[in-house]
This record gives sequence, structure tokens and C-alpha cells, in this order.
Amino acid sequence: MCVFQSTINYFPEEVLEHVFDFLSSHRDRNAVSLVCKSWCRVERFSREKVFVGNCYAVSPERLLSTFPRVRSLTLKGKPHFADFNLVPPDWGGYLHPWIDAMVKARANLEELRLKRMVLSDDTLDLLAHSFPSFKSLVLVSCEGFTTDGLAAIAANCRSLRELDLQENEVEDRRGQWLSCFPDSCTSLVSLNFACLKGEVNLAALERLVARCPNLRSLRLNHAVPLDALQRILAQAPHLVDLGTGSFVHDPDSETYHKLKNAIQNCTSIRSLSGFLEVASRCLPSIYPLCSSLTSLNLSYAPGIYSNELVNLIRHCKKLERLWILDTIGDKGLGVVASTCKELQELRVFPFDPHGVGYTAVTEEGLVAVSAGCPKLNSILYFCQQMTNAALITVAKNCPNFIRFRLCTLNPTVPDAVTQLPLDEGFGAIVQSCKGLKRLSVSGLLTDQVFLYIGMYAEQLEMLSIAFAGESDKGMLYVLNGCKKLKKLEIRDSPFGDVALLADMGKYETMRSLWMSSCEVTLEACKKLAMKMPRLNVEIINENEQMEASTDDKQKVEKMYLYRTLVGPRKDAPAFVWTL
Amino acid sequence: MSTPLLGVGEEEGQSNVSLLTSSSSLDSSRQNGSVFKERNYMGLSECSSVDSSTISNISDGSNGSCLNLKATELRLGLPGSQSPERDSELCLVSSTKLDEKPLFPLHPLKDGNCSNLQRTITSGNKRGFSDAMDGFSEGKFSEVNVMLSPRPSLNSSMKSVSAKETTGTQAAKLKEVVPQSTVQERPRTVNESVSNRVGATSNNTGAPAPKAQVVGWPPVKSFRKNSLASTSKVAEEVDGKSGPGALFVKVSMDGAPYLRKVDLRTYSTYQDLSSALEKMFSCFTIGQCGSHGVEGKEVLSESKLKDLLHGSEYVLTYEDKDGDWMLVGDVPWEMFIDTCKRLRIMKSSDAIGLAPRAVEKNRSRN
Repeated sequence: MCVFQSTINYFPEEVLEHVFDFLSSHRDRNAVSLVCKSWCRVERFSREKVFVGNCYAVSPERLLSTFPRVRSLTLKGKPHFADFNLVPPDWGGYLHPWIDAMVKARANLEELRLKRMVLSDDTLDLLAHSFPSFKSLVLVSCEGFTTDGLAAIAANCRSLRELDLQENEVEDRRGQWLSCFPDSCTSLVSLNFACLKGEVNLAALERLVARCPNLRSLRLNHAVPLDALQRILAQAPHLVDLGTGSFVHDPDSETYHKLKNAIQNCTSIRSLSGFLEVASRCLPSIYPLCSSLTSLNLSYAPGIYSNELVNLIRHCKKLERLWILDTIGDKGLGVVASTCKELQELRVFPFDPHGVGYTAVTEEGLVAVSAGCPKLNSILYFCQQMTNAALITVAKNCPNFIRFRLCTLNPTVPDAVTQLPLDEGFGAIVQSCKGLKRLSVSGLLTDQVFLYIGMYAEQLEMLSIAFAGESDKGMLYVLNGCKKLKKLEIRDSPFGDVALLADMGKYETMRSLWMSSCEVTLEACKKLAMKMPRLNVEIINENEQMEASTDDKQKVEKMYLYRTLVGPRKDAPAFVWTL
Repeated sequence: MSTPLLGVGEEEGQSNVSLLTSSSSLDSSRQNGSVFKERNYMGLSECSSVDSSTISNISDGSNGSCLNLKATELRLGLPGSQSPERDSELCLVSSTKLDEKPLFPLHPLKDGNCSNLQRTITSGNKRGFSDAMDGFSEGKFSEVNVMLSPRPSLNSSMKSVSAKETTGTQAAKLKEVVPQSTVQERPRTVNESVSNRVGATSNNTGAPAPKAQVVGWPPVKSFRKNSLASTSKVAEEVDGKSGPGALFVKVSMDGAPYLRKVDLRTYSTYQDLSSALEKMFSCFTIGQCGSHGVEGKEVLSESKLKDLLHGSEYVLTYEDKDGDWMLVGDVPWEMFIDTCKRLRIMKSSDAIGLAPRAVEKNRSRN
């Protein structure tokens, strides 16, 4: 060991640093920093990209002192179930302290990627004014800001290359944020404002596109009509990724004709999305693009009917990623299976989750795709029904799943044919897919499925459970078996104190645990919090009765616990009680 | 296997535990003597006083009580899959949409003792999916009702819903409970209109019109849900149809006792539509219409239409957006779909002068 150390230390730190430069994954870098003190130090000072999976696991100040050269920061805030309204607003996940700390530390921030965080216009303004090299802002499922904040970014970030807004709740202030990009801004590579609800200044948009020769990715919102799209495409034929806004026009018009020509010139487009408003009669104009498309997202396009979807997909032989609505139907998925042989990722969203009048997809569609697409490794599938036989077949056909998320529209529906629980089906999936990292189960499920998961899902990092299981044993199987588990989220399942407290140390190896509407009592949570000071055990109680009550035996409605280096957070709202 | 997947509490205040589990686990837990605790999921402590200790009685004592609990059990499964005694009720609904695989048989509605379906508390060892919706007894009925589309069953269920709502103190509690809850979402497989109607019934009794639903299920990002909701609404306003996912229009046939509905989106040509309608209404037509339907689909449209128009006594017409009755077949299919509001299979005798011209047009087109 000593020999090894001295041999390694023979290399000057610059060399080590250069070697570490080739490590881009934060996991690799984390591993490297554990080797020895000097490697840790070199790695620390050379790390430019930092990933923080839970913004409350570490403080901004501590992060900056550990990684003083940070240039790119990824932050995730609210727990995943916040996406489904299970977390009350004002829970937390504020960006401001991070920007504040970085300003004070005079960090040279260039990139910021946020997921489920809350940020205000003031924060954006501060950000825009504080970091002269700021290049890239990616916001996913964030909220709290308005188009005024975007205007601040547009106006002040001179080197801005990327502004990517995905599925954020942005209040539209009817300002002219797009016009705030100065004429001197010519560096844009990626602009995505598809999630904005309001009008944009079309002339400003067209001028912006015209003066940004490096623009490769452009996603418009629904307020951009087809004629504007045509003019934009004429200016930006080198686009690689396009998200259309409104795609409605008279197919006999000259505009439409010009659009078709413009599209024919866009030979680089590989990724297509949008169609937020669409008339199917206009779709043939994009057929020329289809043969080279690798990614197609029509999940926000409810206006495309099954047979038209199918016609479109028949042209897309190179598709690797497809996001669609379940209006495509099982038959349509059959067409996907026979056409898209390169398909790796498929997401089928419910057109109307509480809907009527059409048949959502069933197990047939899934089986067809698994049979026809050998490279399939990631699936999110909302379906009306499922069977064990189908899942077993899918498992056999596709042993390469990395992400497997199945959501039956009725969360406890049994096997549609045998009426049995879906344990065996999911069991087959985890047994066959040895590389499975993410799994969401649904349907009627007993403890048995968790036995299988614990036994076979060795690489599993994230597991989502809802309305499943019968007893603490289920959760115990998972906690004991899945060694690489990082995130566990459970709702409406009968797991209680015994499971929660069985292996308290496990939670320090995980990022977080969410349990809502389970059988966990306040007493157990308190016990856990007391024994594990490096965990924050938060009780989310919207009734505000819980703290006052002295009954430790009462069940906890929502519990979120996560490992942290910095103790209870100071920005918790009244309804969050950190034990 | 025949499994009482959901137990139902009795009116007297014994709240059963709903277990979406196999009966074996239920047995074992009973043997272990575990007590199923009431869970106050809605945060409404006033409801937590319901005694749950009688769960074990309910499962095997269902014969003893005056209420036939077994019949009131909600079960997950295909109709008729577990309980033969329900067949008569299910016949009503089995004729259509069997492929929809309804989740809850209708029998609770037929059984007048269904007041016990109202349960204030989700409780016990397992919080079943239905438990999560327990605050919405009306909603629960809607779930039960909703599974199968035919209206006859809906009407009867609505009646039984109103009957139930007048029984039991638990009903009253639920009605108080419901407005306070924030639970809004609920998965649904069929017939939103059906459950809305049930919701309307419950409105009469004071509860809000629930889309009686489970929060956060199915797990679709709220951003996505809101987006799709608003864009579909736009499409609705534009088309006046029930959402772009399907385009159901009524089809009436002169002399038929009831109307049908077809989803125009499932067809791409007039030929498809014509043959589908023939099949659908063959039971009402005497003669050629039916037999042509049997023969096959690849026949030229001209001859088919001619047969439909000439050989039989009927003419296919539609009502457009302006309210005019038009002959089917004149405009391109896409335009037809956009403007058609309903279809009518009219007797030729009513369409004098119309039919021959139509044939001419078709001949020239084909």
C-alpha cells in the first residue's frame, strides 16, 4: 500500500488533474476522490461539474468550499411525487440560497440545471447579473418565476448558449422577454420555450433565429403559428432538434407550400416534438423528415388521431425514442413494432387519465413492441390492463431494460385474464433484466413481487410503489435485497414501523425515502430521527394537527426522509416538521 | 380464485376493512389476531370512531347478518368471473364493451342493501385503492357504474345511488367529509359522462360533484395533465366534439327502436363506415342490407352504396354543423368527419329524388 501511494504521488498534481479531466461522470469522480487524500484534493480542485441530487443534502457554502472551481451545477429539489400533487406548495427547494452563496464566493458559474426547484424572478435577475460567463440554463419542472425573470436572463447573459425550459409553470407577464435578447446576442445554440403559455413577439423571434447561426435546437410554444415556423425554418435550416408550436393551416395555401419547401431543406433534423395544436391534414409536410428522425415526441399533441399517427410512424424507421399518447392504440403500437427497429425508449402517456370513449393501450401493445424492437431499454407505459403472461413475454423479449415503468390506470387492477396479482409478471422482469436501474410497479401486487425485486433487482436504484404489498415483509425484502437502492418512494401501501426501523443504516446509503398513506407511526419516525442524526426525517402534515397531538401512535400521512450533511433545513414551512 | 377483495362495512357502524389482497393473507392476518386499524386518511378525526374490530366477523359472518354482505362486496374482476349469482345482472351489460374488461361487477347496485358500501374510513392492514376513494361513496358508485357503458345500467345504478344516500349516518358523514377533501383525481377507464352523471346525483344530496379520484393517480405530471386538458378543450371548441381522441356520433335508423353510436375516427373511408353501419344495423333491416354486410368488405364502394341505396330501402345521411341534412359521400372523408354531427339512415321513401343522384355522383367518383 505504501509503495502504491508513493508511486502514484510521483505524478505531479497537474498530471493527475489532466487524467481526471477525462472523467465526466460525477460518479466516477466521486469514486476517484475516495482513493486517497491527495487524489481527493486534486479531484476536488479540478471538478467543474457538480451534481447535487438533493438540494438539502448539502449546503451551498459547503459545496463551494469543497469544489471551488465549480462551473456547472445540477440541483434537484422537491421529491419526485411532487410531480403528482402529493407535496404541498411551498414545501421548499429554493434556488436563491445557492445563487446567493455563489455570488458571495465569486464562483464562475456557467451552467445551471435545475429540477423541481422553486426560483423567483429576483433570483433569476441576480443570476443574470452576477455571472458574466453564464452559458446555459436548463429548468425542468420548476416554478415560481415569470417571463420577467426570463427577460432578465435574455437581456443580461451575454454569452448565453442555452435556455431550455421543460414543463415549468411559468407565469406569463405578457412582456416582451424574447425582445430582450440584445442584437449582440448571436451565440444561442438551444432555445426551448414550449412550456410558456403566452404570446411571443414573433418578429423578435424570427430576428433572433436569423442572427444565431449556431442554433441547433429550437422548441416553440403554441403561440407560434405555422407561417412563423415556415419563416423560421427558412432562416435555420441547420436545426437538429425542432419543436413546433401550432401546426394548423390550410394545406392549399402558399404558406403551407413554402413550409414544405423549408422542411425539405432541413436535412439535419433528428428530433421532432411539439404539435401543440395540430391539424392532421398538415402532417404530410413533415414526412420528409421522418426517415432520419431518431426522436419523436407527440405526447403533447392530442389532435393527431390513431390512423394518422400510424401513417406518420410508418415513415420513421430510424426512431430511437418515441413519446406518444395512448390514442395510438395497440394496433398502432404494432406498427411501431414493425417499423421502428432501432427503438430504445418508448413512453406511452394517457391521453385522458380519467377519460372516456376510447380504448387505451393494453398489454398487447407492450408485447408487440417488445417483440419487434430488440433494442428497447426504457419504457414508461400507461395502460388499461396488464397480464402476467404479457410481462413474462416482454421480459423474455427484452432483457436489456434499464428503466421499466408500468402504470395501470387503475392502480390495483389484477391480471386481466387470470385475476391473479401481477407479481409473477414483474418478477419475470426483474429476473430477466439484470441491468434494471429504475422500476415502477402497479396493478394488484402482494408481498411476493417485492420478494422477487429484492432477490433479483441487483442494480436497482429507484423504485416506485403505489397501492401494493400486504405487509412489512414487502418493504423489508426490498430494503434487504436491493443493495444499490438510492430512491424509494411508496404511497398507499401497508408498510409500517417494523419495515421502517429494521435497517436504519440503510437510509444513509440512499438519497431519500418517501412514504405516504402507509402504516408508519409518528413514534417510529421519531425513533428513526433520534437514532440517525444524519438523516432529516420530515413529516408533512397539512392538517397542522400533528405537532399539537401527543399521540405517537398515530399514523403519519406523509414522510420524507433523506440523508444530509447539514441537519434540519431552516427554510421548512409550517406544515413540515423535521423530527 | 374467488376472493373477497373488498369487504364492505355494515350500516350499523361496523366498518369493514378493505383488503385488496388474496384471501389467504386475510386468513393469516385474522389468525394472527392483528387488529386492522382505522386510518383517517382524510384527516377527519370525527370519523375515526368507527369500530373496526369486527372485521373478522364480517368475513365469515356474512351469512348471519341481515344484510347480504357477500353480495355487496366490491370485487376486482371481470363480471361473472367469480360469482355466478350475478350473471343475470351482468347480462344487461355484457352485450357491449366486454373488451373493456370492467373492473367492478354491477351487483352492488342491484342489491338494495348497498348502503354499506359507504365507508367513512379507509382502514387496516392495507390501504386499498378503493380505500383511497372512500370519501366518495357516490364516487365509488360511479366507479362501479362507470365500468360498463350502456345507459340502462346507469339509470338503475343512479336510482340505487340515490336510495343509498338516504340511508345511514355514515352517508351523512361522508357528505360532510367530501367537501373538505382535497382529493380530486381518480383513474377511470370508461365513461366519464357516466360518472359525471352520478356526480350530479350526489350533487343533489349536497356533496360536490366528484370526479371522485385519487390524488396523483395515474402518475402524470400536473403540467402534462393541464396542457392536455387545455388543448383538448380547444379542440372541443373548434370541433364541437367530445375530444379528439374519439369522435362518437349518434346513428339513428328509421324504424329502429334505439340509436347507436360510432367512432368516426376508427374509419378512414366511406366504405369502412358503410360496412360498419351495415353490420351494426343488419338486425333491423330485412333483406339485402344484412346479407351484403356478411359478404365482405373489399367490394367496390359503388356497388355497395348502390345496394345500400337502391337494393335496400335506406339512404345514409348526416347532419352537418349548420343543421342541414346531407347525403353521405359527397365531400372528402376528412371534411366529412369535421362537419358531421350525427348520422341518420333514412328510408328511401323519405329521400325521394335524393338517391338516384347520389348513385350518379358515386359512380362518377369511383
